[in-house]
Amino acid sequence: MNTTVFAPWDSPTEKPLIRFQNVTKRFGDFVAIDNLTQDIYEKEFFALLGPSGCGKTTMMRMLAGFETVTEGSIELAGRDIAAVPPNQRAVNMMFQSYALFPHLSVYENIAFGLKRDKLPKDKIDARVSEMLKLTRLEKFARRKPHQISGGQRQRVALARSLAKGPKLLLLDEPLGALDKKLRQDTQFELMDIQETTGTTFVIVTHDQEEAMTVASRVAVMDEGRIIQVATPGGIYEAPDSVYVADFIGDVNIIKGTAKAVNKDQYFVDWGINQAPILATSERSFSDGQECHLAIRPEKISITKDKPEEAENAVQGKVLDIAYLGNLSTYHVEMPGGQIIKAQTANTRRLSRRDITWEDPVWIRWNATAGVLLAE
Amino acid sequence: MRKFALIAVPYSWLLALFLIPFLIVFKISLSDIALAIPPYTPTIKDGFGALIKGLDFENFVFLTTDDLYYKAYLSSLKIALISTLLTLLVGYPMAYAMARAPDEWRATLMMLVILPFWTSFLIRVYAWIGILSNEGLLNQFLLWTGLISEPLTILNTNYAVYIGIVYTYLPFMILPIYATLERLDDSLIEAAEDLGCSRLSAFWLVTIPLSKTGIIAGCFLVFIPALGEFVIPSLLGGSGTLMIGKVLFEEFFNNRDWPVASAVAVILLLILIVPIVLFQRNQQKQAEAET
Repeated sequence: MNTTVFAPWDSPTEKPLIRFQNVTKRFGDFVAIDNLTQDIYEKEFFALLGPSGCGKTTMMRMLAGFETVTEGSIELAGRDIAAVPPNQRAVNMMFQSYALFPHLSVYENIAFGLKRDKLPKDKIDARVSEMLKLTRLEKFARRKPHQISGGQRQRVALARSLAKGPKLLLLDEPLGALDKKLRQDTQFELMDIQETTGTTFVIVTHDQEEAMTVASRVAVMDEGRIIQVATPGGIYEAPDSVYVADFIGDVNIIKGTAKAVNKDQYFVDWGINQAPILATSERSFSDGQECHLAIRPEKISITKDKPEEAENAVQGKVLDIAYLGNLSTYHVEMPGGQIIKAQTANTRRLSRRDITWEDPVWIRWNATAGVLLAE
Repeated sequence: MRKFALIAVPYSWLLALFLIPFLIVFKISLSDIALAIPPYTPTIKDGFGALIKGLDFENFVFLTTDDLYYKAYLSSLKIALISTLLTLLVGYPMAYAMARAPDEWRATLMMLVILPFWTSFLIRVYAWIGILSNEGLLNQFLLWTGLISEPLTILNTNYAVYIGIVYTYLPFMILPIYATLERLDDSLIEAAEDLGCSRLSAFWLVTIPLSKTGIIAGCFLVFIPALGEFVIPSLLGGSGTLMIGKVLFEEFFNNRDWPVASAVAVILLLILIVPIVLFQRNQQKQAEAET
């Protein structure tokens, strides 16, 4: 079995397809992108994730050529693209609003870019049919955009942007207008299409679930900077800042001071009259340094009885229960007043659950469960 | 019942202000000229039977015997067509610039387009006499710059009529085109450029087709009134300017030949029905596209 993991960013010999080098973009006084350097590799599915106004859309529009770079340079396949107008870039974009031409049929929309290249008619026909097949739209070729559903429109937009076989496809919140169920199906479709065509995808989204599902790497952005770039697993399990830990998913942040115990092991003092928490960390902390322990709720288990041989166990009181169907999140109040969330899978039926409001409970987690962060 | 009452309002309006006057005009067109008040015969005073018997299509036949009339119709069509095209050429860039202007400017620009309506139409046409005459502002300016050594004769020619029509009906062209351009999603233009269009081809392939309904509406709004225009050709045009509105006026007031004037008016209306129906269809299509 072939077990090579797709990770060109770890290979020093791999050449990036896109290079942002010290890119700054200003709109008047407003700094949209702040001295940003980032490589994106061929065949990657790269997600730009962040709150609105963080600069992710500006980054994408600079790649498409709709915005110019104020300082720094963007290279595409080794060539600075600052002077290349959008209609001559081997980059296509799928717009958030889809931007389908309402006066043209589905077929003509997909053929639009090919016709601009003055391709012979039979070649255009063949390529459009291929795209229609890829996006399962054969039946709708003659319809106008207002005669098809939102999901189909999304696929037309995708087919149109892929038709010219771009080196790089930009997707601006591609699934934002779809309802949740359709969005999930479409995410997998997008991944399939990306794999089949071998095109590099850069997706802009504010939906972390979407970014985690589709992307090979996720860049978390805030205020014009990339805070962290890592695989979805890396972002979730090993965030390198409290901001990223807090932005992605649910997390408990316990603030305290570090004290070295063994190699890579620290005690975190987090409250008066509380036993220190044992945590492993690859980052080194000096004794007495302020630190934040980030633990995901699903890594904390909850029991009525005091667990034996737990590395960390604290007693508290159930304050709230959030029942999500498959999961339940318990909000447990610590003696010091801090609330820690613990999550369990509801493998039993609701009536058989034995923990309820106001119950005294024990929560426990392993030393390796959390990540120790400086800031 | 309420639905019926609701529909009854516009229909009774149409009946009272369009259909009944039209029937009266049509009846007069079938009558004969007479030295009486009113200046035609027969009238309702002659009794219903005599009234019906006295009507004939003589006046319509007369219109075909004198080539003045069909020449006037053709010349009106020509002038209306050319001035509609000129209005489109002037109006489209203005509407485009308005739609592209920053948001805070749009209301002001719109105001400026509508502003001429605050002055009487007649006064504005008279103002053009002052501008276009041999001693007018335009000629004085051109003489002063040295571009011409003798004043240009513009007033009392067809050129003055074109200028007058373009000026007067420009807002009717700008407003519907602006309405379609303003709704145009900018990302469509970006998408066209992204797919390989230059600015110009994006304009031809996306902007123009998507503002088609506005262009058609604007053209009809200019063409229909321009065809029957009377004030502009009689004030700005010369003796050579032949327009059906002017002919109609002369028949009615100078010759006091109400039956022939009515026949001219009925034919004019029949000619106008074609563009009016086309215009209605365009509006309907636009309404459908929006839903």
